[in-house]
Amino acid sequence: MQKTFKIIDEDGIHARPATALVSAATKFKTTESFAESNGKKVTLKSILGVLSLGLEKGDTLSLITEGEQEAEALETLQEVMISAGLGELHE
Amino acid sequence: MNKISGIAASAGIAIARAFILEHPDYSIEKQQVDDAWAEITKLDDALEKSRIELEAIKDRTLQELGEKKAEIFESHLLILSDPEFISPVKDQIAADSLNASFVLNEVAGQFISMFENMKSEYLQERAADMRDVTKRILKHLLGLNYVSASEISEEVIVIAEDLTPSDTAQLNRQYVKGFTTNIGGRTSHSAIMARSLEIPAVVGTQEVLKQVTSGDLVIVDGLAGEVLINPSEETVAEYRVKQHEYDLQMAEWKKLRDEPTVTQDGKHVELAANIGTPADVEGVLEHGGEAVGLYRTEFLYMGRDKLPSEDVQYKAYKTVLEKMEGKPVVVRTLDIGGDKELPYLEMPKEMNPFLGFRAIRLCLDRQDIFRVQLRALLRASVYGNLRIMFPMIATLGEFRQAKALLLEEKANLAAEGIEVAEDIQLGIMVEIPSTAVLADLFAKEVDFFSIGTNDLIQYTMAADRMNERVSYLYQPYNPSILRLVNMVIEAAHKEGRWVGMCGEMAGDTTAIPLLLGLGLDEFSMSASSILPARSLIAKLSTSEMQQLAATALTCATSEEVVELVKNTLGE
Repeated sequence: MQKTFKIIDEDGIHARPATALVSAATKFKTTESFAESNGKKVTLKSILGVLSLGLEKGDTLSLITEGEQEAEALETLQEVMISAGLGELHE
Repeated sequence: MNKISGIAASAGIAIARAFILEHPDYSIEKQQVDDAWAEITKLDDALEKSRIELEAIKDRTLQELGEKKAEIFESHLLILSDPEFISPVKDQIAADSLNASFVLNEVAGQFISMFENMKSEYLQERAADMRDVTKRILKHLLGLNYVSASEISEEVIVIAEDLTPSDTAQLNRQYVKGFTTNIGGRTSHSAIMARSLEIPAVVGTQEVLKQVTSGDLVIVDGLAGEVLINPSEETVAEYRVKQHEYDLQMAEWKKLRDEPTVTQDGKHVELAANIGTPADVEGVLEHGGEAVGLYRTEFLYMGRDKLPSEDVQYKAYKTVLEKMEGKPVVVRTLDIGGDKELPYLEMPKEMNPFLGFRAIRLCLDRQDIFRVQLRALLRASVYGNLRIMFPMIATLGEFRQAKALLLEEKANLAAEGIEVAEDIQLGIMVEIPSTAVLADLFAKEVDFFSIGTNDLIQYTMAADRMNERVSYLYQPYNPSILRLVNMVIEAAHKEGRWVGMCGEMAGDTTAIPLLLGLGLDEFSMSASSILPARSLIAKLSTSEMQQLAATALTCATSEEVVELVKNTLGE
């Protein structure tokens, strides 16, 4: 499953929200989660991976989940994105 | 006794025994190992020890400094267990039978250089976190046994080459009375932390680590920026008195932090601070600043290899405006040239750089640079109370031209549908005598003046302030300067404009009574001068200071003026 977001936070995705995203993804042991931007795909269970995307305001970011709890995981991640004011759904 | 000078990073005086905080030698060699699995077990063990340590630091930081400062250690914990970091290390140890410390350091190095090469300044700084975490793991891997800042259990002064973010977070306020480092400046991380912890600190001494051994008696004078090593009993007694006086005075000043600046007879003036970076705002608020009277934007342009983009600037301005929460922020547009160069602009050397192609002159010529800054400022304007001022204005034509460019960019933004604040005050620096002389005409077109005394004095006295042989002519109290200031204030008030001052003079306790008497509306100084200035102003009466100023304007020499102020204040 996949959802795409547009980054709206002025600072892009910085350490604090990246920490929240990675912590959320790590909770779902049976689900693989990925972040994809500008043709680069990294595991969402790695803060270094997420920061390495170098996301800035205006960039689009796709969150991808695969596995048993993929729907639940994606919903949780979306919640983090929106509640932290990081991004908005981009259709 | 031995005395070393450094940068006064955090005010106050501390007297205690030295504690040398050493960072162990992490030199690592590449070694082949027989048992790769044993190396991996060692690594796991080191990771676990680091995790326990970091959890403890995080908890303590949370309790003592709050959630925001603790978050940094939450990220450190994630890095510690990051599969993208740890898995490649283990794989390589197993594949090549190499020692864990070497592989760990190599892999970490790749991440560090990745961060260092990132576009965003914020992400570039994450390299420091990666280094910090790596050192922690290495310390355990190499079995390096050294006492960390968290283990200090008696009153000490911490002496170090530099303090990392985790060092400062581990400092136990109960025991660490002060610190001093070889490197660092007023805005380095450790200096900012020292001020928020209110621990006296002197940084950038270059040699304190060489001169002090553990157990030496040390005095850290965070007011004068001096460190005294093994002082005599008399000196210690003398500093104990100074310390006591400072503490008493501090307690008195602190009461004024959230108070307005009002004279004895009820006149309110605004005490503002000069800043160079968004991080400086913290200090402004801490010291009860009512505004930012001068935001020197040139630091955004310095220390990089190309011009800062509109977005980089916009973010900086927005941060400052937001942090000031609606209090006025006077931003000075790019003031480069003179003694401040930008290597990437490749400006030719000049015979008289202070009389040359600089500040607004450069901006009006290089409109490509200027327009980007104006756009960034205008875009940020909706986040607070922005005021813009142009530096080095010598003629009305220059001001009109600069203003026209600003209006053009405003119209461009409006056409793009970008919102801009409507009420941005527009002012100029008065630092060239021609402008002071024509202040009555300028006052009809500008919203405010800010007198830049450092340059105004050098141009009025025709003495380069960098030249030591003529430094005696740098005379803030010279009646000629006072008369120019008087002229500017009178002309402005006649048109209903306000006048500020953002040079050194504004925070000078001898000048303040005179400036108050001349009717200055806003005083902008370094943040640490604000509370002393507020305390002084509260003791003065405007009517008396008006008389003082009127007499000072008739004095013949600088010395006479100083004498007059001293006599009037009864010193």
